[in-house]
Amino acid sequence: MDRPVELLQGTLDMLILKAVSLGPLHGYGVLLRIQQISKDRLEIQQGSLYPALYRLEQQGWIASEWGQSENKRKAKYYRLTPAGRRRLQTEADNWNRMANVIAGILDTTPEEV
Amino acid sequence: MRLWSRIRAWTDATLRRARMEREMDAELRFHLDAYAEDLERQGVPREQALRRARVEFGGIERAKEECRDARGVRLLETLWQDIRYGVRSILHAPGFTAVTVLTLGLGVGATTAIFSAVNPILFESLPYPHAGRLAAVWDSAADGSRSHVAFHTYREVAERSRAFDSIAVMKLWQPTLVGASEPERLDGQFVSASYFHVLGVPPLLGRDFDASDDRLDGPHVVILSDALWKRRFGGDPTLIGRRITLDDDSYAVIGVMPSGFENVLAPSAELWTLLQYDAEHVTAFRTREWGNHLRMVGRLRPAVSTDQARPELAAIARTPLQKFPRPPWASHRAGLLVDTLQDDLSRAVKPALLALLGAVLLVLAIACVNVTNLLLARGVRRRDEFALRAALGAGRGRLIRQLITENLLLAALGGAAGLWLAVLGVRGLVLLSPADLPRVGAIDIDGPVFAFGLGITTMIGLAVGLLPALRASRNEPRLTLPDGSQRATPGQRRTRSALVVVEVALALVLLVGSGLLLRSLDRLFAVAPGFEAQELLVMQVQTYGRRFDDDGTCNRFFAQALDAVRNVPGVTAAAFTSQLPLSGDADLYGVEFEKDGSDGHVRGAFRYGVSPGYFETMGIPLRRGRLFAEGDAAEASVRAVLINETLARLEFPGKDPIGQRIRFGGAPDRPWDVVVGVVGDVKQTSLAVSQSDAVYVTTAGWLWADGTQWLVVRSRGDAAALTPAIRRAIWSVDKDQPIARTSTMVRLLAASAAERRFALVLFEAFALTALVLAAAGIYGVLSGSVAERTREIGVRSALGASRRSILQLVVRQGMRLTGLGVAIGLAAAVACSQAIATLLFGVSRLDPATYLGVLALLTGVSLVACWVPARRASRVDPVVALRHE
Repeated sequence: MDRPVELLQGTLDMLILKAVSLGPLHGYGVLLRIQQISKDRLEIQQGSLYPALYRLEQQGWIASEWGQSENKRKAKYYRLTPAGRRRLQTEADNWNRMANVIAGILDTTPEEV
Repeated sequence: MRLWSRIRAWTDATLRRARMEREMDAELRFHLDAYAEDLERQGVPREQALRRARVEFGGIERAKEECRDARGVRLLETLWQDIRYGVRSILHAPGFTAVTVLTLGLGVGATTAIFSAVNPILFESLPYPHAGRLAAVWDSAADGSRSHVAFHTYREVAERSRAFDSIAVMKLWQPTLVGASEPERLDGQFVSASYFHVLGVPPLLGRDFDASDDRLDGPHVVILSDALWKRRFGGDPTLIGRRITLDDDSYAVIGVMPSGFENVLAPSAELWTLLQYDAEHVTAFRTREWGNHLRMVGRLRPAVSTDQARPELAAIARTPLQKFPRPPWASHRAGLLVDTLQDDLSRAVKPALLALLGAVLLVLAIACVNVTNLLLARGVRRRDEFALRAALGAGRGRLIRQLITENLLLAALGGAAGLWLAVLGVRGLVLLSPADLPRVGAIDIDGPVFAFGLGITTMIGLAVGLLPALRASRNEPRLTLPDGSQRATPGQRRTRSALVVVEVALALVLLVGSGLLLRSLDRLFAVAPGFEAQELLVMQVQTYGRRFDDDGTCNRFFAQALDAVRNVPGVTAAAFTSQLPLSGDADLYGVEFEKDGSDGHVRGAFRYGVSPGYFETMGIPLRRGRLFAEGDAAEASVRAVLINETLARLEFPGKDPIGQRIRFGGAPDRPWDVVVGVVGDVKQTSLAVSQSDAVYVTTAGWLWADGTQWLVVRSRGDAAALTPAIRRAIWSVDKDQPIARTSTMVRLLAASAAERRFALVLFEAFALTALVLAAAGIYGVLSGSVAERTREIGVRSALGASRRSILQLVVRQGMRLTGLGVAIGLAAAVACSQAIATLLFGVSRLDPATYLGVLALLTGVSLVACWVPARRASRVDPVVALRHE
């Protein structure tokens, strides 16, 4: 397994949106989902997860409601709102464009300059 | 996101704060439990799993804080929390709170009050359009002092000067208004037709004066103030054009001034009529038109300054024209004086006001220093609290916000106290103010100044108060927490000591100022006024009505009134005089002294028309010759006059003044008078002014009967108690005659020093405040240092230091600060005393007695302030002290 990398500044919000876009999740579930799809290659500060969730809910990109967890306990579930879906789209596009540009720069060889 | 849902979320969250907290707790607990369960499933023991879940989660409280932040409900909520916490912490330290609020209140209140009083007088422009163009013009006496101008001087300047747009002259007028209700004596002004034009304020109703009416025997017209119009005529607009009766003459009302019109040249004046002097007969010098008795004000042309007008007036004064002949007393040999009206009005009070302004700024500075000191001390005591709160997860911003709230609370309390003090102060200032303080009516609480003072102290509070929060949040909590001591760092201790030194120095400056003023007032009252002031009752008796135009009737009335007064039991002597020393009267005439049988030298002198018995009643001593006898009062071919001794010495050096001849200006066709006696000098203007040249004539021997005279009564015992009996005696002769300005000579003496007393009272108040604050500062620093050094002191006494040596140790520490402050303060006081030099009388600004006295006082007070904490230190029980930490 690769050594986990630290999350880039500002990407946590995008990852949370992606995680809940696949289906409603509680906070701990969001953490697990991100770790699962990243194959444990990302290290997420658990303490910073909740402020991010609250922030996104405050922005209206995700919504929450209380429900029952797998082990029959009360948990707060987050799901993506339509606004959140659009936001995720924009962020993903931006990210991809940026990643391409950066990758292009890093791949540049002396001959190309 | 839509605004509405944002607002709803916000209100929801605010209203259901408790629910949100509950939910947040539940959510985080679920997270930890779920994580711990997962760990257990991987084989970690439960106990350890729970611990790991917590550790890996990180700071739970911090996460919660950030969640609350994210929800955006924080501002209002934390504000409310901060206020509640602030109130609690302020109430926890009532002593600190009381002292801080009081200090802030004193500083802000005193500054606001003084600035409010000074602002309209010195800084605000006068309430007229383009007020900067208004200038006062005076003639000058041979010694360079200001003198009123003569009517013909006004005519000459008005015609020859190019610097002025228009010029006006005026003098006081006291007519009696008769109407439906009882007769009322009013204050008014005789003015030239240009008066309101010069001021730039036309009447609101009716019309302004017409220049063509301003001539000898012109029509009687009058303009009323808004207040008089409303009070006596019910604000009736049809009054314009109707006639009212003033002094038995009928006047046409031609105008009413606007309600906001402020007449700075005669604040009590309520009506104005035309001067109507004779512009012809210019060479008949001894007429009222050549008497120097008018006040002159001009409006300069746009873009012409007084500095530009000055050389022009000097040129006019230097070059007499054939067309404008001049008598010796209006020769303008010493030039004409011009100043802006603002400077002219504030001239007399300016030094006192500026000195007060300086003093109050010192008080504000001391207040600031004290608040700084208090907050620093409190910051040291609260360091643990902030370290603890930082360790528990309070962010730096949160701590700062908390402190800002607390300090703003203190500032608000201080501001309330300050506003209250300022209102009281302004009221007190107006009550205390000397009679010649201009624009008293315009004095009001000055909003911007109050805001400024409060702003300064608040800024200081914020800046100094924030230090502990910054420290706490910067430091690693671990480093400060276990210490637990309340010890100031050396840097802080130095700062606080320096502040105490500054306080002592500032207090010394104020104390020296008030000490010098106090000694001046003592010296002033030690000056002999030239008469016996004790048990002397004075009142002004006026005649009212046409029939008194006849000199015989007028003189008869005063003679009969005098007889009646002399018969009142308790009265030992009584007399009438046309003007009274120290009453504010200034009836000056040019007097010509005959030299070797030819026309002689002219000099200004006060003219007193007195009844026989005046000198005996006043207690003015006779130096040579004789006093007036009853025979002098009768019409005689050769009139007897008395002069004062200084005048006799100056005008008739080496000669016997008795039998010398003098002649009055402003009195056409009057033959020479003969000096029959010389009396002692009397202070006329004030105790501090030595100008006392006086010529006394008998009441009957003057050119006309004086319609208003002062009655002076000497009594056995309390003079004031006789007032009702004396009034009854006068009214038994004629019940319609007004009696005004009843007072005692002792009170007039005190009033003549009102300006100095005004400055002194305020200086004393400020100096006392400064002394108390400085003493509190020394006490605060020393007791703080003793508390910090308890352990050290304990060790010292355990090692055998005597109580005495510990006492000395602490006192020496305090007195070193005092000594340093005193040294700096002395230098500052010497420099600052220049500012009050003009207020001093008979005492040098470097008066050693004052400086020594202040030094002794300040040293004594700081010794006491050192003694209390020193005593506490000397009683420290070594056992208790060593167990202390």
